[in-house]
Formats: sequence, structure tokens, C-alpha cells
Amino acid sequence: MRRTTVDQLAAAEVEAHDEQARTSEGFQEMVPRAGTRAAELRREAGSVLRIPEGVTTDFGDFDVDVAEDETMILNLGPSHPSTHGVLRVMVELQGESVLRCKPVIGYLHTGMEKTGEELMYHQGSTNVTRMDYLSPFFNELTYSLGVERLLGVEVPPRATWIRMLMCELNRISSHMLWLATNGSDIGAINMLVYGWREREVLLAFFEKVTGLRMNHNYIRPGGVAADLPDGWRDDVLAICDVIPRRMDDYDRLLTGQPILQERLEGVGALDADTAIALGVTGPLLRSTGVAWDLRRDQPYLAYEQVDFDVIVGNYGDCWDRFAIRFNEIRESVRICRQIVDMMPAGDYRVQDKKVTPPPRSRIDESMEALIHHFKLYTEGFKVEPGEAYVPVESPRGELGCFIVSDGSSRPYRLHMRTPSFANLQAMPPMMRGALVADAIAIVSTIDPLLGDVDR
Amino acid sequence: MGLEKLNHNFLTGSLEEMVKWARASSSWAANFGLACCAIEMMATGAANFDLARFGMEVFRASPRQADVMIVAGRVSQKMAPVLRQVYDQMMEPKWVISMGVCASTGGMFNNYAIVQGVDQVVPVDVYAPGCPPGPETLIHSILTLHEKIRQGHITKRPVDGRGLGIHLTEADGRRIRQQQPQPAGAGTPTR
Amino acid sequence: MSDPGPGPQDGHVHGLPAAEYFGATVIHTDRDRYRQLMGDLKDDGYEMCVGVTGVDYLMHAGRDLPQGIDPQRFEVVVELLSLSRHRRVRVRCQVPESDPHLPTLFDLWAGSEAHERETFDMFGIVFDDHPDMTRILMPEDWEGHPLRKDYPTGHVPVQFKESPGGR
Repeated sequence: MRRTTVDQLAAAEVEAHDEQARTSEGFQEMVPRAGTRAAELRREAGSVLRIPEGVTTDFGDFDVDVAEDETMILNLGPSHPSTHGVLRVMVELQGESVLRCKPVIGYLHTGMEKTGEELMYHQGSTNVTRMDYLSPFFNELTYSLGVERLLGVEVPPRATWIRMLMCELNRISSHMLWLATNGSDIGAINMLVYGWREREVLLAFFEKVTGLRMNHNYIRPGGVAADLPDGWRDDVLAICDVIPRRMDDYDRLLTGQPILQERLEGVGALDADTAIALGVTGPLLRSTGVAWDLRRDQPYLAYEQVDFDVIVGNYGDCWDRFAIRFNEIRESVRICRQIVDMMPAGDYRVQDKKVTPPPRSRIDESMEALIHHFKLYTEGFKVEPGEAYVPVESPRGELGCFIVSDGSSRPYRLHMRTPSFANLQAMPPMMRGALVADAIAIVSTIDPLLGDVDR
Repeated sequence: MGLEKLNHNFLTGSLEEMVKWARASSSWAANFGLACCAIEMMATGAANFDLARFGMEVFRASPRQADVMIVAGRVSQKMAPVLRQVYDQMMEPKWVISMGVCASTGGMFNNYAIVQGVDQVVPVDVYAPGCPPGPETLIHSILTLHEKIRQGHITKRPVDGRGLGIHLTEADGRRIRQQQPQPAGAGTPTR
Repeated sequence: MSDPGPGPQDGHVHGLPAAEYFGATVIHTDRDRYRQLMGDLKDDGYEMCVGVTGVDYLMHAGRDLPQGIDPQRFEVVVELLSLSRHRRVRVRCQVPESDPHLPTLFDLWAGSEAHERETFDMFGIVFDDHPDMTRILMPEDWEGHPLRKDYPTGHVPVQFKESPGGR
């Protein structure tokens, strides 16, 4: 494949472009094609990542070696009509084909890792739950599992199963929102309304159990904040009846639709080696044919005791990702039904005085309970020095919390390895050769969540 | 709520009242969903809570075609200039609703990365607290804004219980709102 | 649980001290042997680099380190995953404050690119031969590296009594 080398262009031209490219936000421009180093050009074309023959676009179709004035750099975002958040993508277009793209992130950077160092361990869930705000239970889960690993406490079985139930319901609601926004991006705008209708059913249940529709602060180190309310079995079974029926409706609406097929099939293909090299996980990785799902391959909670299938794609294109997320909703419903049958009785929090506050009714009766509650909520509990990394399978991929503790009651370092941050790196190889409209479909099926990306 | 007033004003009143009614009934929101609050904003626009009955189901992507900017979510240092740019592109008359505590005051993130209140960057008309504010809170803030547009001042809370007596009941896992029968005289405008 | 696979032999992996630490295999290295170790681990079958991050040990100098590894201010922590063998391993490399440079992992695992940029942005550790060593989360012209311990949180004082915060 031919490439213009840096030597062929006068350095002065590159410098002149640099001066023009300085903006009020700083120098975030794409370097002119001739000024791009060979390493980066190779990366976008994939020779470092070894794109297999015939899987992605045929580069002979368009002129790779283009002069500077035949291409246009277009800026998508950060404020754009897509719900993925404040993502900015700079694309270099030749006509309508995308040559290069560069995602620019940081527009939602909240400093949560710094805030996490200031909050005590039991306050940490309130912080991390707002990172991936579509699947808050997963953030809380991975954080709580990390803290419990450091503390060495074992949560009771009922707490484990409650966590599993809430997480699988959250997976359904997250994928449902993805279906809604994907439909909206592709043009099937009524899917937006339908997806939210389903979410309301789930959010009503979440509100019944946790008190909040979003950002629940329910899964805490030591267990969960409160037991499931009476009648939860009926509610969950009602959800498990309604959702599959509606999924069949959407199947009829979407799957056979020729417009949807044209827009998603063959678009944004990614191969398995590239995906693994880029650290991609979740439905994006599974669409390339790699059957990697942490629930089955490195199980946590009680996933070995429930029966479910891992959905894997063939071609790594947008259609596979659509089908995977669609069917993962059905698998999650299947898991929820099993949880309803198998939920054990018992405590919903570990009965360890160090971690768990006393029941609220006892605070009125007993001085020790009052003091215990007071000390726990003002001073926190100390965690011995160490570090732990516990990954879980969130709807977007591998979500892990890396905690370093130094013996005090606050984490010394809290880092969340978030799936969308890594998955966004797959965008340049996938967009190569795509049309502008396909670029929107590709961004949509990567399913980035900017709270997850920027933290 | 507005129709009686309209009839009264339409027959006898001024053009200004009609213009204000039109503005309030059809204010279109500019798309500025940033974080978790954006999800609740979209839920408010969806079928269960339906902003269309207030004339606001349309979220315009182009700020030039929008009247209201609902800043939904936390504004980071990098995003603040973008926010100002979008606000400047909106045509007069324009209003801003600051949705959620992060937009109102910086919320729980009192640190280097978040602008402590979007009113440092744009002038705000209505603040909606909550983390995230539920759809009811957002609708309340929108109605407050509509009252503000129509009357030019924040409406006083009605004394005859328009906001009272609402009970939530559950059926089939879905939440259904039921209202107690209103006392006589409810629904009249404030004093 | 999945089969953990072979653990550290005599407490060493590729000649560097390793141990099971809170359920994970952790290999400690210093800067000179970092690059060689990562190449060896990739050949061992760790196909995916899950994450690269940093830790600033300014306030916690008295941490446990094995013999032969000198504690420095910064540590770069790399998490690797082998899908074929269902194993994970964590590598901790010491990086001195006076010369915060480390070789990049980009040519071994292309996915480390964004993580290394974030580590540079937050800690100021420069990864040599990285294709695009610029800030990723903060604005381009931001000064300072926010996750360092001597960088203030940026609290704005508000008029109510705050709960005890910070260190």
C-alpha cells in the first residue's frame, strides 16, 4: 500500500498548518496527512494489527494516497443528537468515505477517581455508581467486590443472589436503552419510545427495591442496602413475562426490516485479532467470534449455578452486535427466572460489626448500637493495606475496579477499568472506508457511554 | 389551565399575552444532555411521562432552532466553552433550565474537573434539584418555566392543593398515579 | 472458579519476584527489566492488555515490596489477560519521580494506547515511543497532573460544615 512519507512534504507546510490548528481548547487537531508519522498511518490501515484478507474494506476501491486538498475534516460533536454523550469525533473524509477518524474525549471528565480518594469506603458506591450511569449496579458491584476482597469478608448467599438479580435486570434495561438509541440513530425513531417504555417497567421495580430509579447506591461493601420487598417474586415474574413478549414484537419490527439490514450488515466489521489487541471486551468482542464472557469464563457471584448461553457473532459487523445485544436481553430474562426459583433465604448483609451498621430500630434502644452507627458513618472502617482488581461483565464489557488501600478508611487509589474507554479505540479501524451515515451506525453499535469513558 | 385564561385574554386582552402563551406552549428544547440527567430527560420525553403534552417533545439538534436549553448533567472544564457556544447560538428569547444538582451547583463533585454550577457560564432561569431529578421533578421545573414565560415571574404555590393529594399505587409492576378527588375550587390559578 | 493455571515458580516469573496477593498474581519489576518482561508475558500467551494505570505513592511510602525492588514515587500497574488460559496477571513497575519515563507497550498491545495517554494525563509519566503522547481527559493546555497526591482536589469552599474530607 502506497503512503506519502513525511520527507516528501516540506516541513514548513506542516508548521503552517500547526499554527492554524491552535484553538481555544488547545491543539487537538488531526495532524495533516503528510505530517502523520508512519506508525500512526500503519495503525489506521491495520498492518500492525494484521487485518486478514477480505474481511474489511478493499482498499483498492478508493485512492488511499490522496492530496491534502481532496479531503475534508469534519467535526462530529461533542454536542450532537445522539445519546451516547459528549463524544467528539473528528473524521477526515474523502467525498463521503471516511479515511481517518480520531475520537476526542474528556468532555465529561468528572475527577471521580480523585473524589474516590476523599470518600470513605462505604461512601464509595455513591461515587462510582455515576460512572457508567446506565448500568449503575455494575459499578457498585465491582467496587464492592474489590473492597470485600481487601477486607476478606464473605457476603451471605442471599446478598449474592440479590446482587445477581439486580445486575441482570440492569443488563436488560441497559440493552433496552441501547436498542432505543440505536433505532433512533439508524432512523427507526419509534424504537426510542418503545425502548423507554420497557425501561419504565424495570425502573419502577428498581425504585421499589432501592428507592431510586437511577444511581442507586444499593450494592455496598458487605452486601446490599436493604432486603427485597414483599411480593418481589411477582414483580420479577411480571417483568419476565412482559419483556420477552415485547422482544418478539421488536423482532418482527426490526430483524426482517430491509432498511435496518442494509444499514447494519457488513458495516464496521472488526476482526478478532484486532479486537483482542485493542483490549476490546463485551458484545463488541463477542461479535467478532471470540466467545469471552466473564460470567462464564471467570465467574463471580453465583453465575456457575445458573444456566445461560453466551451469544457470539460471526462477522464482527454492526448487525452481529445488534443481534447479540437483542438476544442477551432474552438470556438475562432466562437468568432472572432461575434466580426467582433459586433465591436463598438469609441475611442480606454480612453480619460483621466492622462493616455493617446496626439495624435502625436498635439505635433507639441501645447506646452501643448508637455509638457503633455513629463511628461507622463518621470514621468509616479501616481496610488493611493491599490492592485488588475484580472485573465483572457489564453490558459494555469488562468493568473492573482497582483499589489500593493503605490501612486507612479511605481508598488510597481508586481506578476503574471501564469497557467503553477501551472499546472506543476500535473506532478508527472500524470506520475506515465507511460512509458518513455508517459512521453513526458504528458509533452507536460500539455503545460507548461517556460517563464510563471519561469518569 | 391555560385555556380559560386564554379565552379571557383572547377576547379582551393584549397581543402580548397571546405571544407569551404561544411561547410557553411550544418551547423547544435544545439537545444538551450530558450525563445521567440526560437519561431522565429522555425518559420524560418518552411515552410514560410525555413532554409532548406540554409542546416540548421536539429536541432540536441545532441550537438556532431552540428556545430552551436544558443543561442535563455535569459540566466539565472542557465542556464549559462548548456550553457557552451553544447558548450563544440560540436566538432570543431563550431560557435555561439547569437540571440536576451537578448542573445547578456542581453536585457531589466539588473538585477540579467540574464547573460548580452552570450559572457560572450561562444565566439560568429554573433550577431542578435531584440526582438525577425524576421525570416529575423535571416536568415541574418545565411548568415553572412556562409560568415564568407566561407571567414574567415565578408562580406562587397554589394554596388549594393542586400539588397535594397525589398517591402512588403499584399494579403489575408498573407505577400508576392516582389522584385523590380534588377539593372544590382546585385548579384555579394562584392568588 | 476457573482453573488458575500454573502459578509463580519459586516466587519468580521470568526472573522477577512474583506472589499471589489478594487473589491475584502480581509481578514486581523495575524499569530496566520492564520491557523484556512484557515481551515475555506476551509470548506466554497474555493476548490482551486490560489496562495500564498509575499510582502515586507519595503519601504511602511504606508499602510492601519484595527484595531487590527499590520503591519509587510512582508505580505503573499493568493488568494482562490470557483468554486462552483464563488467567490474569498484574505487573507493577517502579517509576522514579525525577525521570518519569517508561517504554510504551503500544507495539505489543495496541490497546494500551489510550490507557497510557490517560496515565500521562493524570500522573505525568511519559511513555517513550508512544504514537500520540498528549492529554486525553483534561484540556490540552491544562497544567498539572490531577491524580498526583500533591495536586489539590480543587474543592470550592461552601458555606456549610463539611464532613471531614481528604487526608
